[in-house]
Amino acid sequence: MDFVTGLRCRECGRAYPAEALHVCDYCFGPLEVTYDYERIGATVTRERIASGPRTIWRYGDLLPVADANPVDLGAGFTPLVRADRLAAELGLGELWIKDDTVNPTGSFKDRVVSVALTKARQLGFKVAACASTGNLANSVAAHAARAGMDSVVLVPSDLETAKITMTTVYGGRVIAVEGNYDDVNRLCAELASERPSWAFVNVNVRTYYAEGSKTLAFEVAEQLGWQAPDHVVVPIGSGSQLTKVAKGFDELGRVGLLDEAPSVRISGAQAEGCSPVATAFAEGTDAIRPVKPSTIAKSLAIGNPADGWYALDVIRKSGGSCASVTDDEILEGIRLLARTEGIFAETAGGVTIATLAKLAAQGVVRSDERVVAMVTGHGLKTVEALSGTAGPSATITPTLDAFDEAFDRLEEFDSTGGPTTANLSVQVARSN
Amino acid sequence: MRISIRVPAQLRTLTGGAGEVAVDGSTVGEALKALDAAHPGFAGRLFDDAGQLRRFVNVFLADEDVRFLDGLNTLVTDGQTLSIVPAVAGG
Repeated sequence: MDFVTGLRCRECGRAYPAEALHVCDYCFGPLEVTYDYERIGATVTRERIASGPRTIWRYGDLLPVADANPVDLGAGFTPLVRADRLAAELGLGELWIKDDTVNPTGSFKDRVVSVALTKARQLGFKVAACASTGNLANSVAAHAARAGMDSVVLVPSDLETAKITMTTVYGGRVIAVEGNYDDVNRLCAELASERPSWAFVNVNVRTYYAEGSKTLAFEVAEQLGWQAPDHVVVPIGSGSQLTKVAKGFDELGRVGLLDEAPSVRISGAQAEGCSPVATAFAEGTDAIRPVKPSTIAKSLAIGNPADGWYALDVIRKSGGSCASVTDDEILEGIRLLARTEGIFAETAGGVTIATLAKLAAQGVVRSDERVVAMVTGHGLKTVEALSGTAGPSATITPTLDAFDEAFDRLEEFDSTGGPTTANLSVQVARSN
Repeated sequence: MRISIRVPAQLRTLTGGAGEVAVDGSTVGEALKALDAAHPGFAGRLFDDAGQLRRFVNVFLADEDVRFLDGLNTLVTDGQTLSIVPAVAGG
Protein backbone atom coordinates (compact mmCIF):
# COMPACT_ATOMS: atom_id res chain seq x y z
CA MET A 1 0.00 0.00 0.00
CA ASP A 2 1.36 3.40 -0.96
CA PHE A 3 1.08 6.65 1.00
CA VAL A 4 0.10 8.86 -1.92
CA THR A 5 -2.66 11.36 -1.22
CA GLY A 6 -2.93 12.61 -4.82
CA LEU A 7 -1.33 15.03 -7.25
CA ARG A 8 -1.08 18.80 -6.89
CA CYS A 9 -0.14 21.57 -9.30
CA ARG A 10 3.12 23.20 -8.29
CA GLU A 11 1.96 26.51 -9.70
CA CYS A 12 -1.68 27.02 -8.71
CA GLY A 13 -2.16 24.29 -6.11
CA ARG A 14 -5.15 22.56 -7.76
CA ALA A 15 -5.55 18.94 -6.64
CA TYR A 16 -5.83 15.95 -8.97
CA PRO A 17 -6.30 12.20 -8.47
CA ALA A 18 -3.26 9.89 -8.77
CA GLU A 19 -3.85 9.03 -12.43
CA ALA A 20 -1.86 9.41 -15.66
CA LEU A 21 -1.72 13.20 -15.47
CA HIS A 22 1.34 15.40 -15.68
CA VAL A 23 0.21 18.99 -16.12
CA CYS A 24 -2.51 21.13 -14.61
CA ASP A 25 -5.52 21.55 -16.91
CA TYR A 26 -5.80 25.20 -15.89
CA CYS A 27 -2.31 26.71 -15.89
CA PHE A 28 -0.25 23.90 -17.45
CA GLY A 29 1.97 23.82 -14.33
CA PRO A 30 3.63 20.51 -13.46
CA LEU A 31 1.84 18.11 -11.14
CA GLU A 32 3.67 16.81 -8.08
CA VAL A 33 2.90 13.66 -6.09
CA THR A 34 1.76 14.43 -2.56
CA TYR A 35 2.13 12.00 0.34
CA ASP A 36 0.81 11.55 3.85
CA TYR A 37 4.14 12.15 5.58
CA GLU A 38 2.67 11.59 9.04
CA ARG A 39 1.66 8.07 8.12
CA ILE A 40 4.99 7.43 6.40
CA GLY A 41 6.80 8.73 9.49
CA ALA A 42 4.81 6.32 11.66
CA THR A 43 5.70 3.39 9.38
CA VAL A 44 9.18 3.82 7.96
CA THR A 45 12.30 3.10 10.01
CA ARG A 46 15.98 2.65 9.21
CA GLU A 47 15.59 -1.03 10.11
CA ARG A 48 12.59 -1.50 7.82
CA ILE A 49 14.63 -0.04 4.96
CA ALA A 50 17.72 -2.11 5.80
CA SER A 51 15.65 -5.31 5.61
CA GLY A 52 14.37 -4.40 2.13
CA PRO A 53 15.81 -5.36 -1.25
CA ARG A 54 19.14 -3.91 -2.37
CA THR A 55 17.38 -1.81 -4.99
CA ILE A 56 15.39 1.44 -5.08
CA TRP A 57 12.42 -0.55 -3.78
CA ARG A 58 13.87 -0.60 -0.24
CA TYR A 59 12.50 2.98 -0.13
CA GLY A 60 9.05 1.90 -1.31
CA ASP A 61 7.30 3.81 1.49
CA LEU A 62 8.55 7.04 -0.10
CA LEU A 63 7.75 6.10 -3.71
CA PRO A 64 4.49 6.89 -5.54
CA VAL A 65 3.48 3.29 -6.20
CA ALA A 66 3.38 0.15 -4.09
CA ASP A 67 3.65 -3.24 -5.76
CA ALA A 68 4.82 -6.54 -4.29
CA ASN A 69 6.34 -7.38 -7.67
CA PRO A 70 7.53 -4.13 -9.26
CA VAL A 71 8.92 -3.81 -12.80
CA ASP A 72 12.47 -4.26 -11.58
CA LEU A 73 15.83 -5.10 -13.13
CA GLY A 74 17.67 -4.24 -9.94
CA ALA A 75 18.01 -0.48 -10.28
CA GLY A 76 19.62 1.44 -7.48
CA PHE A 77 21.58 0.85 -4.29
CA THR A 78 24.64 1.63 -6.37
CA PRO A 79 28.04 2.18 -4.72
CA LEU A 80 28.90 5.40 -2.93
CA VAL A 81 32.64 5.48 -3.46
CA ARG A 82 35.03 7.48 -1.27
CA ALA A 83 37.16 9.37 -3.80
CA ASP A 84 40.33 10.37 -1.97
CA ARG A 85 42.58 10.41 -5.03
CA LEU A 86 40.20 12.67 -6.96
CA ALA A 87 39.72 14.84 -3.86
CA ALA A 88 43.51 15.30 -3.60
CA GLU A 89 43.69 16.43 -7.24
CA LEU A 90 40.90 18.95 -6.70
CA GLY A 91 42.08 20.19 -3.32
CA LEU A 92 38.97 18.87 -1.60
CA GLY A 93 38.57 16.99 1.67
CA GLU A 94 35.82 14.38 1.96
CA LEU A 95 34.57 13.58 -1.54
CA TRP A 96 32.26 10.76 -2.59
CA ILE A 97 31.15 9.57 -6.02
CA LYS A 98 27.64 8.18 -6.37
CA ASP A 99 28.45 5.62 -9.05
CA ASP A 100 25.23 5.19 -11.01
CA THR A 101 27.14 3.80 -14.00
CA VAL A 102 26.51 0.32 -12.59
CA ASN A 103 22.72 0.33 -12.94
CA PRO A 104 21.18 -2.46 -15.07
CA THR A 105 21.23 -0.45 -18.31
CA GLY A 106 24.13 1.73 -17.29
CA SER A 107 22.48 4.93 -16.10
CA PHE A 108 20.36 6.46 -13.36
CA LYS A 109 17.38 6.29 -15.71
CA ASP A 110 16.69 2.77 -14.44
CA ARG A 111 15.55 4.35 -11.17
CA VAL A 112 12.90 6.52 -12.78
CA VAL A 113 11.78 3.94 -15.33
CA SER A 114 11.32 1.20 -12.75
CA VAL A 115 8.96 3.52 -10.86
CA ALA A 116 7.22 4.82 -14.00
CA LEU A 117 6.49 1.42 -15.53
CA THR A 118 5.39 -0.10 -12.24
CA LYS A 119 2.84 2.71 -11.97
CA ALA A 120 1.97 2.52 -15.68
CA ARG A 121 1.25 -1.21 -15.39
CA GLN A 122 -0.91 -0.56 -12.33
CA LEU A 123 -2.86 2.05 -14.32
CA GLY A 124 -3.47 -0.53 -17.04
CA PHE A 125 -1.09 0.64 -19.78
CA LYS A 126 0.25 -1.98 -22.21
CA VAL A 127 2.66 0.22 -24.20
CA ALA A 128 5.62 2.16 -22.79
CA ALA A 129 6.89 5.13 -24.79
CA CYS A 130 9.30 8.03 -24.31
CA ALA A 131 11.33 10.84 -25.83
CA SER A 132 14.95 10.22 -25.02
CA THR A 133 18.52 11.38 -25.42
CA GLY A 134 19.48 7.69 -25.24
CA ASN A 135 19.80 6.59 -21.63
CA LEU A 136 16.07 6.71 -21.08
CA ALA A 137 15.50 4.85 -24.35
CA ASN A 138 17.80 2.04 -23.17
CA SER A 139 16.03 1.80 -19.87
CA VAL A 140 12.46 1.99 -21.15
CA ALA A 141 13.12 -0.70 -23.76
CA ALA A 142 14.73 -2.99 -21.17
CA HIS A 143 12.11 -2.53 -18.46
CA ALA A 144 9.26 -2.87 -20.97
CA ALA A 145 10.78 -6.17 -22.10
CA ARG A 146 10.98 -7.30 -18.47
CA ALA A 147 7.35 -6.32 -17.88
CA GLY A 148 6.09 -7.88 -21.11
CA MET A 149 4.98 -4.49 -22.40
CA ASP A 150 5.51 -3.16 -25.91
CA SER A 151 7.79 -0.15 -26.21
CA VAL A 152 8.07 2.76 -28.63
CA VAL A 153 10.98 5.09 -28.06
CA LEU A 154 11.75 8.25 -29.99
CA VAL A 155 15.32 9.53 -30.14
CA PRO A 156 17.28 12.15 -32.09
CA SER A 157 18.73 10.46 -35.18
CA ASP A 158 22.30 11.62 -34.41
CA LEU A 159 22.60 9.68 -31.14
CA GLU A 160 25.67 7.66 -30.18
CA THR A 161 25.70 4.22 -31.85
CA ALA A 162 25.85 2.34 -28.56
CA LYS A 163 22.68 3.97 -27.31
CA ILE A 164 20.76 3.08 -30.48
CA THR A 165 22.04 -0.51 -30.51
CA MET A 166 21.33 -0.98 -26.83
CA THR A 167 17.76 0.15 -27.33
CA THR A 168 16.98 -2.01 -30.35
CA VAL A 169 18.28 -5.23 -28.78
CA TYR A 170 15.36 -5.37 -26.34
CA GLY A 171 12.90 -5.77 -29.18
CA GLY A 172 10.96 -2.54 -28.94
CA ARG A 173 10.34 -0.04 -31.69
CA VAL A 174 12.94 2.70 -32.03
CA ILE A 175 11.97 5.76 -34.04
CA ALA A 176 14.89 8.04 -34.97
CA VAL A 177 13.71 11.60 -35.43
CA GLU A 178 15.55 14.08 -37.63
CA GLY A 179 16.01 16.84 -35.12
CA ASN A 180 17.40 17.53 -31.67
CA TYR A 181 16.01 16.30 -28.37
CA ASP A 182 13.72 19.31 -28.02
CA ASP A 183 12.16 18.44 -31.38
CA VAL A 184 11.70 14.83 -30.28
CA ASN A 185 10.24 15.93 -26.98
CA ARG A 186 7.79 18.31 -28.62
CA LEU A 187 6.69 15.52 -30.94
CA CYS A 188 6.18 13.17 -27.97
CA ALA A 189 4.25 15.79 -26.03
CA GLU A 190 1.91 16.12 -29.03
CA LEU A 191 1.74 12.34 -29.54
CA ALA A 192 0.67 11.92 -25.93
CA SER A 193 -2.55 13.78 -26.78
CA GLU A 194 -3.18 11.52 -29.78
CA ARG A 195 -2.27 8.18 -28.20
CA PRO A 196 -3.68 8.32 -24.68
CA SER A 197 -3.43 4.54 -24.32
CA TRP A 198 0.38 4.72 -24.30
CA ALA A 199 2.38 5.43 -21.15
CA PHE A 200 4.90 8.08 -22.18
CA VAL A 201 7.18 7.76 -19.19
CA ASN A 202 8.39 11.36 -19.37
CA VAL A 203 5.10 12.88 -20.47
CA ASN A 204 1.81 11.53 -19.13
CA VAL A 205 3.40 9.45 -16.34
CA ARG A 206 6.23 11.92 -15.74
CA THR A 207 4.80 12.84 -12.35
CA TYR A 208 5.60 9.33 -11.06
CA TYR A 209 8.73 8.81 -13.16
CA ALA A 210 10.45 11.89 -11.75
CA GLU A 211 9.95 10.64 -8.17
CA GLY A 212 12.38 7.78 -8.85
CA SER A 213 15.30 10.23 -8.72
CA LYS A 214 14.62 10.84 -5.02
CA THR A 215 16.23 7.46 -4.37
CA LEU A 216 19.64 9.00 -5.19
CA ALA A 217 19.27 11.17 -2.09
CA PHE A 218 17.87 8.32 0.01
CA GLU A 219 20.81 6.06 -0.86
CA VAL A 220 23.46 8.71 -0.31
CA ALA A 221 22.09 9.43 3.15
CA GLU A 222 21.76 5.75 4.08
CA GLN A 223 25.25 4.97 2.77
CA LEU A 224 26.69 7.84 4.82
CA GLY A 225 25.20 6.24 7.95
CA TRP A 226 21.93 8.20 7.77
CA GLN A 227 23.58 11.56 7.45
CA ALA A 228 23.05 14.12 4.72
CA PRO A 229 26.13 15.44 2.90
CA ASP A 230 26.97 19.15 2.94
CA HIS A 231 27.11 19.66 -0.81
CA VAL A 232 25.92 17.67 -3.82
CA VAL A 233 26.85 18.29 -7.45
CA VAL A 234 24.19 17.14 -9.93
CA PRO A 235 24.16 17.32 -13.74
CA ILE A 236 21.28 19.24 -15.32
CA GLY A 237 19.45 18.13 -18.46
CA SER A 238 15.76 18.79 -17.84
CA GLY A 239 16.53 19.73 -14.22
CA SER A 240 14.22 17.03 -12.90
CA GLN A 241 16.91 14.94 -11.19
CA LEU A 242 18.31 17.94 -9.33
CA THR A 243 14.92 18.99 -7.96
CA LYS A 244 14.12 15.44 -6.90
CA VAL A 245 17.46 14.98 -5.13
CA ALA A 246 16.53 18.04 -3.09
CA LYS A 247 13.04 16.66 -2.45
CA GLY A 248 14.58 13.34 -1.37
CA PHE A 249 16.77 14.90 1.32
CA ASP A 250 13.87 17.04 2.50
CA GLU A 251 11.60 14.01 2.83
CA LEU A 252 14.17 12.10 4.88
CA GLY A 253 14.06 14.95 7.38
CA ARG A 254 10.26 15.11 7.37
CA VAL A 255 9.71 11.43 8.11
CA GLY A 256 12.35 11.28 10.83
CA LEU A 257 15.00 9.15 9.08
CA LEU A 258 17.67 11.79 9.79
CA ASP A 259 18.52 13.03 13.27
CA GLU A 260 18.19 16.64 12.21
CA ALA A 261 16.67 18.51 9.29
CA PRO A 262 19.19 18.30 6.45
CA SER A 263 20.85 21.40 5.01
CA VAL A 264 22.36 20.34 1.71
CA ARG A 265 23.86 22.78 -0.79
CA ILE A 266 22.95 21.65 -4.27
CA SER A 267 25.00 22.74 -7.28
CA GLY A 268 24.17 22.14 -10.93
CA ALA A 269 26.47 21.09 -13.76
CA GLN A 270 25.85 21.85 -17.43
CA ALA A 271 27.73 21.65 -20.71
CA GLU A 272 28.60 25.06 -22.09
CA GLY A 273 26.99 24.14 -25.41
CA CYS A 274 23.65 23.70 -23.62
CA SER A 275 23.60 25.79 -20.48
CA PRO A 276 20.29 27.64 -20.15
CA VAL A 277 20.15 27.08 -16.38
CA ALA A 278 23.80 28.02 -15.73
CA THR A 279 23.31 31.14 -17.86
CA ALA A 280 20.21 32.22 -15.91
CA PHE A 281 22.07 31.55 -12.65
CA ALA A 282 25.04 33.66 -13.76
CA GLU A 283 22.78 36.48 -14.92
CA GLY A 284 20.74 36.43 -11.73
CA THR A 285 17.44 36.12 -13.58
CA ASP A 286 14.45 33.81 -13.18
CA ALA A 287 13.87 33.63 -16.92
CA ILE A 288 15.38 30.60 -18.58
CA ARG A 289 15.91 31.26 -22.27
CA PRO A 290 15.78 28.11 -24.38
CA VAL A 291 18.88 27.39 -26.49
CA LYS A 292 19.80 25.21 -29.47
CA PRO A 293 22.19 22.65 -27.98
CA SER A 294 25.66 21.97 -29.35
CA THR A 295 27.67 19.69 -27.08
CA ILE A 296 29.17 16.22 -26.90
CA ALA A 297 27.14 15.68 -23.72
CA LYS A 298 24.09 14.53 -25.65
CA SER A 299 22.34 13.08 -22.62
CA LEU A 300 22.19 16.61 -21.20
CA ALA A 301 21.43 18.36 -24.49
CA ILE A 302 18.01 19.70 -23.57
CA GLY A 303 17.75 23.30 -24.71
CA ASN A 304 14.32 23.87 -23.22
CA PRO A 305 14.51 22.23 -19.77
CA ALA A 306 11.08 21.44 -18.33
CA ASP A 307 12.25 21.74 -14.72
CA GLY A 308 14.90 24.38 -15.34
CA TRP A 309 13.09 27.03 -13.36
CA TYR A 310 12.61 24.74 -10.37
CA ALA A 311 16.23 23.55 -10.53
CA LEU A 312 17.37 27.18 -10.45
CA ASP A 313 15.14 27.83 -7.46
CA VAL A 314 16.53 24.81 -5.57
CA ILE A 315 20.12 25.83 -6.32
CA ARG A 316 19.61 29.40 -5.13
CA LYS A 317 17.65 28.51 -1.99
CA SER A 318 20.18 25.84 -0.99
CA GLY A 319 23.16 28.17 -1.34
CA GLY A 320 24.59 26.16 -4.21
CA SER A 321 25.90 27.27 -7.56
CA CYS A 322 25.58 26.35 -11.22
CA ALA A 323 28.36 26.33 -13.79
CA SER A 324 29.04 25.04 -17.26
CA VAL A 325 32.09 23.43 -18.87
CA THR A 326 33.43 23.11 -22.42
CA ASP A 327 33.58 19.91 -24.44
CA ASP A 328 37.35 19.69 -23.83
CA GLU A 329 36.80 20.07 -20.11
CA ILE A 330 34.13 17.34 -20.27
CA LEU A 331 36.61 14.91 -21.85
CA GLU A 332 39.23 15.84 -19.27
CA GLY A 333 36.61 15.26 -16.55
CA ILE A 334 35.96 11.76 -17.90
CA ARG A 335 39.71 10.98 -17.92
CA LEU A 336 40.29 12.51 -14.50
CA LEU A 337 37.60 10.38 -12.86
CA ALA A 338 38.77 7.26 -14.67
CA ARG A 339 42.46 7.62 -13.82
CA THR A 340 41.95 8.64 -10.19
CA GLU A 341 39.04 6.41 -9.17
CA GLY A 342 38.66 3.71 -11.81
CA ILE A 343 35.17 4.83 -12.80
CA PHE A 344 34.42 5.30 -16.49
CA ALA A 345 31.60 7.78 -16.93
CA GLU A 346 29.72 8.92 -19.98
CA THR A 347 29.92 12.54 -21.11
CA ALA A 348 27.33 13.65 -18.53
CA GLY A 349 29.67 12.31 -15.81
CA GLY A 350 32.46 14.31 -17.41
CA VAL A 351 30.24 17.38 -17.10
CA THR A 352 29.71 16.68 -13.40
CA ILE A 353 33.38 16.10 -12.62
CA ALA A 354 34.61 19.05 -14.68
CA THR A 355 32.04 21.31 -13.03
CA LEU A 356 33.04 19.98 -9.61
CA ALA A 357 36.66 20.83 -10.46
CA LYS A 358 35.65 24.32 -11.56
CA LEU A 359 33.53 24.99 -8.47
CA ALA A 360 36.32 23.63 -6.23
CA ALA A 361 38.84 25.96 -7.90
CA GLN A 362 36.44 28.86 -7.33
CA GLY A 363 36.11 27.95 -3.65
CA VAL A 364 32.36 27.36 -4.06
CA VAL A 365 32.72 23.66 -3.24
CA ARG A 366 34.91 23.78 -0.13
CA SER A 367 37.50 21.45 1.37
CA ASP A 368 35.68 21.48 4.73
CA GLU A 369 32.51 20.10 3.16
CA ARG A 370 31.38 16.52 2.77
CA VAL A 371 30.76 16.48 -0.98
CA VAL A 372 28.92 14.01 -3.22
CA ALA A 373 29.12 14.09 -7.03
CA MET A 374 26.42 12.27 -9.01
CA VAL A 375 27.96 10.24 -11.84
CA THR A 376 24.90 9.10 -13.71
CA GLY A 377 25.86 7.06 -16.76
CA HIS A 378 28.44 4.58 -18.05
CA GLY A 379 31.30 5.58 -20.36
CA LEU A 380 30.79 2.71 -22.78
CA LYS A 381 27.62 4.43 -23.94
CA THR A 382 29.49 7.45 -25.30
CA VAL A 383 32.81 5.90 -26.19
CA GLU A 384 32.88 7.80 -29.51
CA ALA A 385 33.44 11.00 -27.55
CA LEU A 386 36.94 9.75 -26.71
CA SER A 387 37.80 8.38 -30.11
CA GLY A 388 40.92 9.97 -31.52
CA THR A 389 42.18 10.72 -28.03
CA ALA A 390 42.35 7.21 -26.61
CA GLY A 391 44.19 4.21 -28.01
CA PRO A 392 46.91 1.70 -27.24
CA SER A 393 50.24 2.99 -25.91
CA ALA A 394 51.98 0.97 -28.63
CA THR A 395 51.15 -1.64 -31.26
CA ILE A 396 53.73 -4.43 -31.63
CA THR A 397 54.45 -7.81 -33.20
CA PRO A 398 53.99 -10.73 -30.77
CA THR A 399 57.64 -11.06 -29.68
CA LEU A 400 59.50 -10.33 -26.43
CA ASP A 401 61.94 -8.08 -28.25
CA ALA A 402 59.20 -6.00 -29.70
CA PHE A 403 57.59 -5.68 -26.29
CA ASP A 404 60.85 -4.61 -24.64
CA GLU A 405 61.59 -2.13 -27.35
CA ALA A 406 58.13 -0.57 -27.25
CA PHE A 407 57.94 -0.62 -23.46
CA ASP A 408 61.34 1.02 -23.05
CA ARG A 409 60.13 3.86 -25.16
CA LEU A 410 57.16 4.24 -22.81
CA GLU A 411 59.36 3.74 -19.66
CA GLU A 412 58.66 6.74 -17.43
CA PHE A 413 56.90 5.22 -14.44
CA ASP A 414 56.16 7.35 -11.46
CA SER A 415 57.27 6.39 -7.94
CA THR A 416 54.13 4.31 -7.30
CA GLY A 417 55.00 2.00 -10.18
CA GLY A 418 52.35 3.09 -12.64
CA PRO A 419 52.86 4.99 -15.86
CA THR A 420 51.85 8.62 -15.75
CA THR A 421 49.17 9.45 -18.22
CA ALA A 422 50.85 12.65 -19.30
CA ASN A 423 54.09 10.86 -20.16
CA LEU A 424 52.28 8.12 -22.00
CA SER A 425 50.39 10.50 -24.20
CA VAL A 426 53.57 12.42 -24.99
CA GLN A 427 55.36 9.19 -25.84
CA VAL A 428 52.55 7.98 -28.03
CA ALA A 429 52.48 11.24 -29.89
CA ARG A 430 56.24 11.03 -30.43
CA SER A 431 56.22 7.41 -31.58
CA ASN A 432 53.59 8.23 -34.16
CA MET B 1 -4.15 34.21 -43.21
CA ARG B 2 -5.93 30.98 -42.40
CA ILE B 3 -3.95 28.63 -40.21
CA SER B 4 -4.58 25.47 -38.26
CA ILE B 5 -4.07 25.29 -34.49
CA ARG B 6 -3.37 21.96 -32.82
CA VAL B 7 -4.90 21.76 -29.37
CA PRO B 8 -3.51 19.48 -26.62
CA ALA B 9 -5.75 16.99 -24.82
CA GLN B 10 -5.84 19.19 -21.71
CA LEU B 11 -7.68 21.96 -23.62
CA ARG B 12 -10.01 19.91 -25.79
CA THR B 13 -12.86 20.40 -23.35
CA LEU B 14 -12.91 23.94 -24.78
CA THR B 15 -13.23 22.77 -28.41
CA GLY B 16 -15.83 20.06 -27.93
CA GLY B 17 -13.11 17.45 -28.25
CA ALA B 18 -11.54 18.74 -31.49
CA GLY B 19 -7.75 18.41 -31.67
CA GLU B 20 -7.37 20.85 -34.53
CA VAL B 21 -9.10 24.18 -35.17
CA ALA B 22 -8.81 26.53 -38.18
CA VAL B 23 -8.59 30.27 -37.45
CA ASP B 24 -7.68 33.55 -39.18
CA GLY B 25 -4.96 35.99 -38.13
CA SER B 26 -1.76 37.58 -39.33
CA THR B 27 0.38 36.90 -36.24
CA VAL B 28 0.65 34.12 -33.65
CA GLY B 29 -0.99 36.40 -31.08
CA GLU B 30 -3.90 37.23 -33.37
CA ALA B 31 -4.43 33.59 -34.22
CA LEU B 32 -4.60 32.68 -30.54
CA LYS B 33 -7.04 35.52 -29.87
CA ALA B 34 -9.19 34.25 -32.76
CA LEU B 35 -9.08 30.81 -31.16
CA ASP B 36 -10.35 32.32 -27.90
CA ALA B 37 -13.12 34.16 -29.76
CA ALA B 38 -14.26 30.94 -31.43
CA HIS B 39 -13.86 28.83 -28.28
CA PRO B 40 -14.04 31.06 -25.20
CA GLY B 41 -11.70 30.07 -22.37
CA PHE B 42 -8.42 29.71 -24.23
CA ALA B 43 -7.10 33.16 -23.33
CA GLY B 44 -7.37 32.48 -19.60
CA ARG B 45 -5.51 29.21 -19.96
CA LEU B 46 -2.76 30.44 -22.27
CA PHE B 47 -1.99 33.96 -21.07
CA ASP B 48 -1.00 35.42 -17.72
CA ASP B 49 -2.33 38.68 -16.29
CA ALA B 50 0.21 40.65 -18.33
CA GLY B 51 -1.02 39.10 -21.56
CA GLN B 52 2.12 37.00 -22.05
CA LEU B 53 2.17 33.27 -22.66
CA ARG B 54 2.19 31.42 -19.34
CA ARG B 55 5.53 29.99 -18.27
CA PHE B 56 4.48 26.41 -18.92
CA VAL B 57 2.81 26.94 -22.29
CA ASN B 58 4.90 26.34 -25.40
CA VAL B 59 3.69 27.45 -28.82
CA PHE B 60 5.29 26.14 -31.99
CA LEU B 61 4.79 27.58 -35.47
CA ALA B 62 5.63 25.02 -38.17
CA ASP B 63 7.42 23.02 -35.43
CA GLU B 64 9.62 25.94 -34.33
CA ASP B 65 9.27 27.37 -30.79
CA VAL B 66 7.91 30.91 -31.24
CA ARG B 67 10.36 32.08 -28.57
CA PHE B 68 13.08 31.47 -31.15
CA LEU B 69 11.05 33.55 -33.62
CA ASP B 70 9.27 36.79 -32.75
CA GLY B 71 7.06 35.44 -29.97
CA LEU B 72 3.41 36.44 -30.20
CA ASN B 73 4.33 38.96 -32.91
CA THR B 74 5.61 36.27 -35.25
CA LEU B 75 3.97 36.60 -38.65
CA VAL B 76 2.10 33.55 -39.95
CA THR B 77 1.56 32.47 -43.54
CA ASP B 78 -1.46 30.80 -45.06
CA GLY B 79 -1.72 27.09 -44.34
CA GLN B 80 0.77 26.95 -41.48
CA THR B 81 0.18 24.90 -38.36
CA LEU B 82 0.45 26.33 -34.85
CA SER B 83 0.80 23.84 -31.97
CA ILE B 84 0.00 24.51 -28.34
CA VAL B 85 2.05 22.09 -26.22
CA PRO B 86 2.40 21.81 -22.44
CA ALA B 87 6.00 22.72 -21.56
CA VAL B 88 6.37 20.16 -18.82
CA ALA B 89 7.59 17.05 -20.60
CA GLY B 90 10.81 15.19 -21.11
CA GLY B 91 14.03 14.75 -19.21
